[in-house]
Formats: sequence, structure tokens, C-alpha cells
Amino acid sequence: MRSRRFASRDRRELHREPLVSPFPELGLVAADGPNDPAPELVVEDGVVARMDGRVASEFDVIDRFVVAHGLDLEAAAEAMALDDGELARMLVDVDVPRAELVRLARGLTPAKLARVIGLLDPVELMLALKKLRARRAPSNQAHVTNLKESPALLAADAAEAARRGFAEIETTVGVARYAPLNAIALLVGSQTGRPGVMTQCAVEERRNLELAIRGLVTYAETLSVYGTEPVFVDGDDTPWSKAFLGAAYASRGVKVRFTSGTGSEALMGYAQGLSMLYLEARCLVVVRAAGSQGVQNGSISCVALVLSVPGGTRAILGENVLAAWLDLEVASGNDAIASHSEIRKTAKLMGQFLPGTDFVTSGYSVMPRGDNTFGGGNFDADDLDEWLTVQRDWQVDAGIEPVAEDEVVRVRERAARAVQAVFEELGLPPVGDDEVAAATTGYDSSEMPDRDRAADVEAADDLLARGVSGLDVALALDRRGFDEVAEAVLSMQRQRVSADYLQTAAVIDADGLVHSAVNDPNLYTGPGTGYRLEGERWQLLQSLPQVVAPAELVGGVPAGEPVVTERDEAAGKGDDPAEVVVAVGPAFADAIRQTIADLDHRDVLAAVCDGVRAGGATPRLVRIRRTADVAFIAHDGARLSGSGVALGIQSKGTAVIHRADLEPLDNLELFGMSPLYSLESYRAMGRNAAGYALGHRVGPVPTELDNYARAKLIVKTTLLHAREIQAVLPGAEPVELELAVPVASSQA
Amino acid sequence: MSFDPKRDYPLGTRRPDLVSTPGGVPLAEVTLDALRAGRIDASEIRATPATVRLQAEVARSADRAPLAESLERAAELAGVPDDLLLAVYTALRPRRATAAELEEWAARLESHGAVKTAAFVREAAAAYDERGLLVHA
Repeated sequence: MRSRRFASRDRRELHREPLVSPFPELGLVAADGPNDPAPELVVEDGVVARMDGRVASEFDVIDRFVVAHGLDLEAAAEAMALDDGELARMLVDVDVPRAELVRLARGLTPAKLARVIGLLDPVELMLALKKLRARRAPSNQAHVTNLKESPALLAADAAEAARRGFAEIETTVGVARYAPLNAIALLVGSQTGRPGVMTQCAVEERRNLELAIRGLVTYAETLSVYGTEPVFVDGDDTPWSKAFLGAAYASRGVKVRFTSGTGSEALMGYAQGLSMLYLEARCLVVVRAAGSQGVQNGSISCVALVLSVPGGTRAILGENVLAAWLDLEVASGNDAIASHSEIRKTAKLMGQFLPGTDFVTSGYSVMPRGDNTFGGGNFDADDLDEWLTVQRDWQVDAGIEPVAEDEVVRVRERAARAVQAVFEELGLPPVGDDEVAAATTGYDSSEMPDRDRAADVEAADDLLARGVSGLDVALALDRRGFDEVAEAVLSMQRQRVSADYLQTAAVIDADGLVHSAVNDPNLYTGPGTGYRLEGERWQLLQSLPQVVAPAELVGGVPAGEPVVTERDEAAGKGDDPAEVVVAVGPAFADAIRQTIADLDHRDVLAAVCDGVRAGGATPRLVRIRRTADVAFIAHDGARLSGSGVALGIQSKGTAVIHRADLEPLDNLELFGMSPLYSLESYRAMGRNAAGYALGHRVGPVPTELDNYARAKLIVKTTLLHAREIQAVLPGAEPVELELAVPVASSQA
Repeated sequence: MSFDPKRDYPLGTRRPDLVSTPGGVPLAEVTLDALRAGRIDASEIRATPATVRLQAEVARSADRAPLAESLERAAELAGVPDDLLLAVYTALRPRRATAAELEEWAARLESHGAVKTAAFVREAAAAYDERGLLVHA
């Protein structure tokens, strides 16, 4: 039988992606796989004879590389002897310093590393990550691409990314020959938005090196490694070739970060029956052994595969922790789309977002995800305000800054103009004013004028042949009056000469100062230490453009014609059995003139009186001054009423029908959904009150329910209620009221 | 003043006196004025082997031995032409070269003073031999 609730859930976005039970034979197991080897290290005469279940003669290319470059045998003697649980406790013990853990990690085999990480629960993993991150402050990386490879749009998006605080920006190409043009657009745009932002263009290695040599890019993270020999070899590399390439990049002034991540071995068909986390431990030991300063990991492009198995999200966080433990800079994924479900995606993000990593995402899509040619866009342009709000909610710095719309528009236009000038100076196909305009304020590349793409790629080839470099870009900017951008581009060239950003976890600030794990390390040792979001930075990250001062939500104290006048006498007990008292709050129609639903109090009173009369009773207005509580307002009113029945109304519009013989907190009808009420609602309340007064049978006023009303209006409710309380006169008697301008009655 | 890897990082801001371009232009003189005057060109915009070696020292003193070794290889490779760099990379990919060819590339690297990198290539050749990753002539 089909349940309609199950059917409804089946239609949720979540159900577009499959969940599977573990299948270790194919590597579809997140951690602690049944075939993972027991940790083992046997050293004979200073030579590793056995490691993690293999004897030396059976070592594959990964084992051999690890043994040659990735194990500190001195540390191993001590570290491998430690109990798994003891090491796990040390990871979360704030009194065990990061440096000590990093030293021990150098002596741990991949199986031991994976097993220890496997002992930590999610919160313990987060604490370990916070403690083990290499650089003091977290930061973030942006993706900037578009389907048309429009240079103006690339530059504008790069500028916005830089202005929003991203420390690195990555682009790629749809058509490989575009690479130098995209790299130039990214360089110019990024340096317009904020000097010091590092850029990369993910392309094939030879092209990438060429761009680097010309000073058009500053970092690369395309060096992938894998946890089994067949997959490594299928990827057309070995640990030695990757390590060589890493050094080659560094020799050309490129910051290098390797890439690995759970799930890739299973996807490529040779997981050898081993768990994802264990294979990632093998990758990470290779990354460190190869001399990479850091790694992009956290499953990356295979994230949806890892999330299909139980414990996938935990394993991904575990691999980030493992990388940090191995003293690597971590760009922690969250770039490829992890789930169709916004809830699931965000829940996964928290593992990296809350502890903070060197780069919380390895590519936040600054433009709408439809333009993300990495196949990324897990979080994109439309998600920005949510990201910023969640940072503000948790008081957490996840590397993105709020920027006002006019400032974003300004830097986007400046960058688009700058790249227009550079294209012209370098003799590239012109960037039109229409392109600049569309790039400045457009939504995505569908709004960009089409370019002659054949001319673009031809010009790109010619550009390389002419040997155009970062210096030429700086000169072009200088000639055309983009002085500050020229200076910033040249400053990036100077950085290549000093090579400081080759150190672990390096980013460059707006003044050209390099911050890395060497001069700005994470020294977290518990509460009150390490990076904390406070002071100016906290002020910045809480000041979102849409934030208003509370008073703005309710406006000032109203002036103008009074709506009611108070008679100069205390209100007494009425003797008309057909009387319904309409009792209003202390600020009603005075310091507050409208309900939370923006109904004028004058109209509300008119509608209520109308309703009372329509129900056959006589309304009498009084103001209760001693309390702002709607139950007491109504009950006080009921005690004055000749019929014993009153309708109490708070200024924000909440109302209660009460009777004198009931307990104050009891009632006949409560109307708590004030944002939903219309004048017709208040008329119906008056009619019902009259019905109770005259002893008729009364059906409750039909009311609606909006469970979101609270989320929308609770702040305004608080402020209106505060104003009502301000008007309270403790101990004051109720007073008779008259409408200042008599209202017409429908019965009159 | 001598170099102290624990104190003098970042070189660009703490010890610009130790940093110059391959042509000997001091870091502080890599300016827009110098650019306008044509005193620097693109070939000048790279770290010298000496500068990369200083960075290797910084990494080593920060207890990052593998990074230091990679930077030492990078320092050697700073003086190696692009084509040779890419040719050696290609040869190091799986099943691209015979043992003799890898030995030749190692020797070529040595001739450019890249001694540590040459040893690294020979080490790879031995591992590849064991794992069937060489081409057999």
C-alpha cells in the first residue's frame, strides 16, 4: 500500500540520488573496510621489511615511494608503538600541541593513520581539524568560469571574488587554446578586486607551466594522486612523476597543491577491496612524501559517490583531518555538487565550515552554477547571502565577506574596463562597451554578447607566440590609467621572484605580505587561543547589507492627529447586560498606530465596533494601562463589562475574547496569529464577542495558521511589544476611550 | 647579514636584500618605473636557484623535510630549460621509457647541475623496474 506521506517524500530532491549498502569488494565502503590491512611496520637494519600487511618484495609503487620518502623511521619507532586509542585521544586533547602530533604522524603508516582517524566521531574530528589546520586563519577559494569564456565576465567575477575576500581564484577552459586569455582576465580581475589574490588556470600540464612561466598564474592544484597502483598508472602518472612535476612547478614560481580524495579509486575500478579512507591515507602519505605543501581533498569530484555509502560525510571530514595531521595545507572540497538536497549539502559543509580549514571550499562558485565549467557550483552566487548569514549565525569566519551592492558593481565595472584596456593594448580582439555593461550587472553569461571565438583562440595562440607576460599586462594597465591594478599585477610578479608563497598554506594579503604556516601558524590550544572571529573582522562579517537597526523595523513614534481621546476619569463597571467592552493595550492608537499586519488601529476599532453592533451588542472602548499582556488586558476589560464579556486587543493586533468569571489566563477565544488578520477578522471577533455577551451559540472565528509568521515577524513583534510595555503605567486605572473622529457604523 | 631561516621569512618583506632577479636586479627595484624604463623584462621575473634554496632552508627549519627536498629539486630545476623539464616529466610517466632512457635523462639533469633530481630519477627507474613500469627495449 502506498502512503501519501512516503510518496510526498519520494518527490523531494534528496531522492534523486541513490543510497547504497556497503560493497567492500568494489571499494564502496567509507572507512574501516573488512579488507583494510592491520597497521604494521617492521624495520630490519634500518630498512622497512614489512608495512601494512605487505612484505618489501610485494610493495607496489605507492608503498615504495612511501618507504623512500614518506616515513620518518625515528618517529615511527615511537609512534607505531602507541595504542590507536591513545593517538586518537591526543588528537582531541588541546594540551597536546599540533607540532607533537605532526611529528608523530611522520612515523605512522597509512593503515595506522586511517585506523586512528576512524576512532573519532564527527565532533571530535572537527575539534582535531581546528587544532591541526596549518595556517592560523581560515580562508576560501573561488571558482570563476563561464560558458562563453567571456573575458569581461571572467574579469568582473574575479574582481567580485577578490573583493569578497577569496584568497585564491581558480578558472579553467572549455576550449584549451583559450587558456592565456582566461588567465589574463583572471589576473586583471583579481588584482582589481583585491591585490594579492592568487590565481590558477586548470589546464594540461605543459600549458599550465607555460602560463606560469609567463607570470599569468601563481598556483596549481591539478596534480592528482591515487591510493592504488592500477589507478595511479591509469591516471598516467606515478608518485615519482608527480613529485617531479611538483618540483618543476615550484621551480617556475608556482605554488603547488596536490589533489586526492575518497572515492576516486572505486570510481576508476581498482579500489582493490579497500576502504575509501584507507586509500586516501595512502594518497596523503604520498602527497607529503612528494614534498607538496598541501592538498585539495575531501572527495572533490567523487563526493556524491562517497555520500552514497554509510558514514560517507564522516569519512570525508576524516580525510581532511588526516591531511592536516600530516602538516599539509588543506583545500577541503565542498566544490563539486554533493547532493540535490540543500539540507544534506549544508550539513556536510559544516564539518569544514565550523572548524575552519585553510580553504573551506576548493572552489566556491562566485557565478551562478550554470556557468561553472568545472561541474562545480555546490554553493554558488545565489547562495552567497545564506553563506554569509550562516557565518554570522555561528560567529565563524569561512572566508567570504559581505560587500554592498554598489561596491560590487563598482569593482566589477572597473575590472571589466581594465580587461577591455588590456585586450586593446595587447592587440587582442576588442572587448566592447556592451560586454563591459553586461559583465558589470548581468546575472550570467547568457546575457553576454557573443564574441568571435575563432578570432579569440587565434589571438590566444599569437599571444603565446609573442611571449606576452605578466609584465606586459602591468604595462598595459599602467599606460591606460589603471595605476592601482598595474601596481598589484606587478606586485604579483615580485612575489614570483621572492617565492615566499611556496611555503605551506601561503596566502598573500592586500599589502603583499605572505601569510603561511611558517610565519602565521595555527597555534590553537583550546578556548581563548588560536584564530577567533572577533574585533573588526567580526564587525565586518556581521554587517550584511540587509541588516537594519531594530528601530527601523517599527519606525519612529507616530505623530499627527490622535485616533482616540481618553476621558479624564477612571472607567467603572458597566451595567448594560448587552455591553461588550473593547479593551485596548497601553500604546494602542497612541505610541503604536498600526497592527503588525499594518492595519490602522482606527480601522481595527471601527471593524470591531461594527462587529459588536452587528452581533446585537453595544461596544464600549476602554484602555487598560497597567499591563501589556493581552490576557490581562482582556480580563480587566471583562471585569468592567456589563455583560462580563470583553475583547482585549494588544497594539500589535493579538486579541482575546474573555469573560469576567474565567481565570485571567483562560479565555473564550484567543487570536494569536495577528500577522494574518484582516479587518474582516476583527469584525468577526466583535461579532463573536457580542454572541457570548448575549448568550448565543457561538462558533469560533475561523483562523488560519502560518508557521513561518514567527520567523518573519518575531523581531518586529519583540519591538512592538517593547513599545507597548514602555507605555505601561503600573497600577493605573483603566480609562474610557472615545474615537477622536467618530466612525460610521454599518448599522447606523 | 647572514640568513636565519627562522627569522628572515618572508624574504620578500623581511630580507629583500637577499633576493634578486636572475639578472641581478634587486627585488626592491622591480618597480613600475623600472618597467616603464625597460630595465626589466619577462625573463627577469622568476626566482633564482639561490632564492629557492633559501626557501628550502626555511622549510627545513620548519621541520618540513619532504617539502625542503622538493624545493631543493626545484632550485636545481630553476636552471633547467623548459623542454628538458617536460621531457623528463614525460619519461617518468608509467611505461614511457626504458631503464637506459631514464638513465640518460638523469645524466642530462646532472649536466645541468641537478644532482638530487638525477638521483630521484634513478630511484624511480629502480622502482619502475620492480613494478613493470618500464618499457623494455
